Amino acid sequence: MATETAHQIVAQNEHANPTAHTMEGQEAAHGGAHETGFPPFNPDSFSSQLIWLAISFGILYLLMSRVALPKIATVLEERHDRIADDLDQAEQFRSQTEEAIAAYEKALGEARDEAHKIAQATRDELQAETDRQRQEVEGELAVKIADAESRIKSTKEAAMANVREIAADVAGSVVTQVLGENADAAALERAVDAEIK
Amino acid sequence: MAAESGSGFPVDPLHQFVVNKIFPLEIGGIDASFTNSSLWMIVVLGFVTAFTVIGMSRRSMVPGRLQSSVEIFYEFIANMVRDNAGHDAQRFFPFVFTLFMFVFTANIIGLFPYAFTVTSHIIVTFALAIMVFLGVTVTGLILHGPKFFGLFVPSGVPVYMLILVTPIEIISYISRPISHSVRLFANMLAGHITLKVFAGFVISFLGAGAVGWAGAVLPFGMIVALTALELLVAALQAYVFAVLTCMYLGDALHPGH
Repeated sequence: MATETAHQIVAQNEHANPTAHTMEGQEAAHGGAHETGFPPFNPDSFSSQLIWLAISFGILYLLMSRVALPKIATVLEERHDRIADDLDQAEQFRSQTEEAIAAYEKALGEARDEAHKIAQATRDELQAETDRQRQEVEGELAVKIADAESRIKSTKEAAMANVREIAADVAGSVVTQVLGENADAAALERAVDAEIK
Repeated sequence: MAAESGSGFPVDPLHQFVVNKIFPLEIGGIDASFTNSSLWMIVVLGFVTAFTVIGMSRRSMVPGRLQSSVEIFYEFIANMVRDNAGHDAQRFFPFVFTLFMFVFTANIIGLFPYAFTVTSHIIVTFALAIMVFLGVTVTGLILHGPKFFGLFVPSGVPVYMLILVTPIEIISYISRPISHSVRLFANMLAGHITLKVFAGFVISFLGAGAVGWAGAVLPFGMIVALTALELLVAALQAYVFAVLTCMYLGDALHPGH
């Protein structure tokens, strides 16, 4: 039996390079195939093929449904869960970041307002100080101007008084020269006053 | 065999589909021999199991290449079930996953030289299709009772048209396992025969001396191109098989549509 089996395997392995030997082996091993001609329609092999198909397919089904597929499903599910978790966590981090950004923006806004306020206050203070100093200086200047004006006035008055005297003298001299006699001092002064006014 | 029949073609394109007994076995008068077909079914079983179990052995949060591939298959089929059969079809997901992986792996492994293509036998694809058909019908009847037969009476069709439409619906429903299984079987069969025929051309040319060597380049190039095409067909037919299963399941779960 064993030798015949070996013979068949040899025959099968040589089927791409058939020789008389292969043909003999083929026929010896499987006389039925020769008679029916077309091997796939040879009913002799049907029962054994069906039985072995049932065995191999059945075992494969059991192995797949009991062992392999649950394993794959578990791995895929774990990965799916893990990815979902990671996405959740990422989402959480993102919202945290957004909160931090909002807080930062708020703080920044407050600081800006504060700075603005301080700047305004400083500006107001400086303005007030400047105004005060200017008023002081203006006051001083006004006093000095008033002083100066009064001095100018008194000088002017003095000058004007001198002008009257000189005019009276000149007029007296002119009268003396022209008329040859001294003029009346009171009359001269009256005449000069009338002219000045 | 072909050589004996006098065609002179160096390769018998059908030889790859022959089922050989490795360990003859008979149970109760029924042949249950362990054949090359059985061997490759076990290879498919082992490969899919190794792929899914080893791929997920690390259970990494960040998957490596192998784990990513397993997850891609998982999510691809989960989406397929959800899109074609609805959200309430998730309990059938392990079945559709097993079906797709079995057919897909069998189709792909079958492309390797010396491998036997399990899905190139009508009995295998028919068994899978009839399993889907019976499963879908029983599920529909359990869930909806007689209302399930509303599937054959499309809503919005005038009564006089129903006389015509209902028999057509019934026939198309009953012929589902045939179209379902023949589509996969015929695609696998035709592709593998085509590959072998071109391989035969290469051998024929090589026998014709130096000129033949030059001539062999063309069919050899065809084999390369066809292998790429068959890779696509292998994946596509597995997908089609699984999608149709999902759509049939969708019909059973929501016969009102």
